[in-house]
Amino acid sequence: MGKDEEFMPKILAFLCNWCSYAGADLAGMSRLKYPPSILPIRVMCSSRVDPLFIIKAYLGGADGVLVAGCHPGDCHYEKGNYYTRRRFVMLKELLKDLGLEPERIRLSWISASEGTRYAKVATEFTEKIKKLGKNSAKNKIFL
Amino acid sequence: MTKVLKINKSTEQGILDLLKFLLEKGKVKGIFTLKKINKDGSVAYSLIAKPDELKYAVPFYPLMPVNAGKLLSRFSLKGSSSKPVAAVVRPCELRGFIELVKREQGSLENIFFISSTCGGVYPIDKSVDGTVEKNLSKYWDAVKKGELPAELRPACRSCEEFIPYAADMTVDLIGNNIDKQCMIFLNTKNGEELTKGMDGELLEKEINKEKIDKFRSKRGAEKKKLFDELDVKMDGMDGLIKIFGKCIGCHGCMRVCPICYCKLCEFESPDSEYKPSNYESDLKKRGGLRVPPGTIYFQLGRLSHISISCVSCGACDDVCPVDIPVAMIFKKVGESVQKMFDYIPGKDVEEDIPLVTFEKEEFAEVEE
Repeated sequence: MGKDEEFMPKILAFLCNWCSYAGADLAGMSRLKYPPSILPIRVMCSSRVDPLFIIKAYLGGADGVLVAGCHPGDCHYEKGNYYTRRRFVMLKELLKDLGLEPERIRLSWISASEGTRYAKVATEFTEKIKKLGKNSAKNKIFL
Repeated sequence: MTKVLKINKSTEQGILDLLKFLLEKGKVKGIFTLKKINKDGSVAYSLIAKPDELKYAVPFYPLMPVNAGKLLSRFSLKGSSSKPVAAVVRPCELRGFIELVKREQGSLENIFFISSTCGGVYPIDKSVDGTVEKNLSKYWDAVKKGELPAELRPACRSCEEFIPYAADMTVDLIGNNIDKQCMIFLNTKNGEELTKGMDGELLEKEINKEKIDKFRSKRGAEKKKLFDELDVKMDGMDGLIKIFGKCIGCHGCMRVCPICYCKLCEFESPDSEYKPSNYESDLKKRGGLRVPPGTIYFQLGRLSHISISCVSCGACDDVCPVDIPVAMIFKKVGESVQKMFDYIPGKDVEEDIPLVTFEKEEFAEVEE
């Protein structure tokens, strides 16, 4: 990336197999435009995402981490996303307490039919991270 | 009102008499308590079955060699004891044990808990150089007056949860005339049953709220001071790197933690081992690498796993060889995380750990 080129964040996205991954698929099939910043990882359920994954990504230099799952009440496993939500509350609070950046992590509900919402979330989140700038952890030697 | 057994002896003697009574009358088959090992002041938790052995028992000695919750978990992990045992533990140890029971790492069955309003303990390294022995009379003097004894561990100096939640009996120490009387609050039916037949006066009382509030506010002020000191240092990633920079990766904090119970810890599993390719990619990306790697990852990971249940017992501080204020960091983060869920770890065994339960309608604001 040259100096004049715009900063394009790297955002790791954990997408649940049943809703959000299908939503992302739909966005692609519908030829919707969104920034090339998202690196998707498919998980069977958003509750598969141990907060450790998010921390590891953050320390590894991911500029943002998105976790997306089915809307509350629509979880394929009935209640997985409720647990995800609580973990997110915990993790955001933890990051805030340590003076880290809870803004760099995001939880979104995206259903299989919400291709447009997926594109919107991807665009919005990318813009937000662009404003925040690069994740400074990327260049820290002392982790 | 709670039933109280008042024994007209010093608290120290009163407790020993009670323990002896429990053993001699066969009400319990064993006493789990601190026992003196050596004249220099080292103590260890022991199970005592013979009344004679009680002469070495030092319940409520101001030292916590290990969080007893962790020990009781090992005691009851493979099944509960078939014989009743009385355990003399501190409020944070009891809370730690209850958190472990919630994680199916122990059983409350056949264990009766004798706890106290807790004055706090000294750092473990003070036990071997004789400091605790030397300070003992000063310590009990301060506790008697409802003051904060000097030189205690930061986790104890700042502890506001010094009244046990789930004990069968609570021995009143703070602000009590412990030279002259022994006040044992009988919180449960079991507590009442166990003490039936014991010499002493039965009263109906509550722990004096005024003196407790006063003591709590002193601890609160100390906590604020310690948190403020920490805030200056805990400033973002650079702050964390400074704080944890000296970590030698011994994982001692994890090993003594009453909440960390995993037999194979993620951070010690082969998965966490750095392969040559990991080193190479990190070197390429960062231009350098701290060895051993993953210090901040370990601490953040541990925070994410246990802060919800941290009972702030301070065991991690005790063992840290490089004096990282682990306990205060965990206490600070723990308190704010626990507050989000209105959760006091170890208060009630029936209450679910917040991360394994949910309400359908809650925290809508966390989703964006």
